[in-house]
Amino acid sequence: MATHSHGDHHHDAGGDEEEFSQLSEIALRVRALESILTEKGYVDPLALDQIVQAYETKVGPHNGARIVAHAWADPAFRERLLQNANTAIGEVVDINTLDSDLRVVENTDRIHNMIVCTLCSCYPWEVLGLPPTWYKAAPYRSRAVLDPRGILAEFGVQVPEDKEVRVWDSNAEQRFIVLPQRPAGTDGWSVEQLEALVTRDSLIGTGLARRPDVAPEGAAR
Amino acid sequence: MTAIDDPATRRAVEGVPGIPRDAEGPVFREPWEGQAFAMALTLHDRGLFSWAEWAQLLAEEIRRAQAAGDPDTGETYYQHWWNTLERVITEKGVTSTDTLLRYRDAWERAASRTPHGKPIELQPGDFEGPLDC
Repeated sequence: MATHSHGDHHHDAGGDEEEFSQLSEIALRVRALESILTEKGYVDPLALDQIVQAYETKVGPHNGARIVAHAWADPAFRERLLQNANTAIGEVVDINTLDSDLRVVENTDRIHNMIVCTLCSCYPWEVLGLPPTWYKAAPYRSRAVLDPRGILAEFGVQVPEDKEVRVWDSNAEQRFIVLPQRPAGTDGWSVEQLEALVTRDSLIGTGLARRPDVAPEGAAR
Repeated sequence: MTAIDDPATRRAVEGVPGIPRDAEGPVFREPWEGQAFAMALTLHDRGLFSWAEWAQLLAEEIRRAQAAGDPDTGETYYQHWWNTLERVITEKGVTSTDTLLRYRDAWERAASRTPHGKPIELQPGDFEGPLDC
């Protein structure tokens, strides 16, 4: 039975600064130059998008992999991460600001988690890189909630009947990453070795961490 | 087809040292890095500069940053890439530093009037008026 858990919408008192948008300095400069080049006919915004999209599936989830590897290696960090991901991740990755609240959901022997954004394509890109094309596509967004086991099977993940599947719906204020289960046979591994086992799909929940006896296969899709 | 099969991208990756990448092509940490890469690729294809020329300017930019204390661990690569891009287009007379600043401020006004979660779009009115900060 699948549980469809919506993220809590936090509207803190005095959170007025959240009402309007803000762009980072570099994002302002990038948009400025893109506008100028478009107006002068140097670039076509659609062509730029196509180039960027060509890489969306290639973006490595470097930060997310590092966070998971540290959580596997250090139980105290794992606790802090599950309690408050927003502050804990700063211990291991260089991320100053998050677009939104981040929550880490842990896979266990009894629970498998996966993330989706049914409304649009909210994605914790600060930790996972750019979203893969399928994450933003309607079939995944609609079926992740209706038929998560079917989707998982298509990704090659067989979830036993007695294991619960939880689907977490991201939104502008709340995003998620999955803490996959640590593969067996990795006792005593360093953080760096563990990091290499964490795939992007395992952080989304549409995959599992690599087994140590299976060679890295590159981008899953 | 993997992205690196694209000839324009392969020429960039081969012609410019240090582009962060994996076996299949460039990797980006944030969306703007992908946009900065795509803009340089497009301007190169229009003949604005050669990759040899670009690599030399980028190396200068990186050396300058290192001298100013940049740790050069690869995490700031696209910051240097961006500075190079702004320098190239101003030196080649595509636009001026003043115009860049005017558009930057306009985008800031556009962002500050756009409710969170809505797409931010530039309008003519964004080029006038005070900035909050």
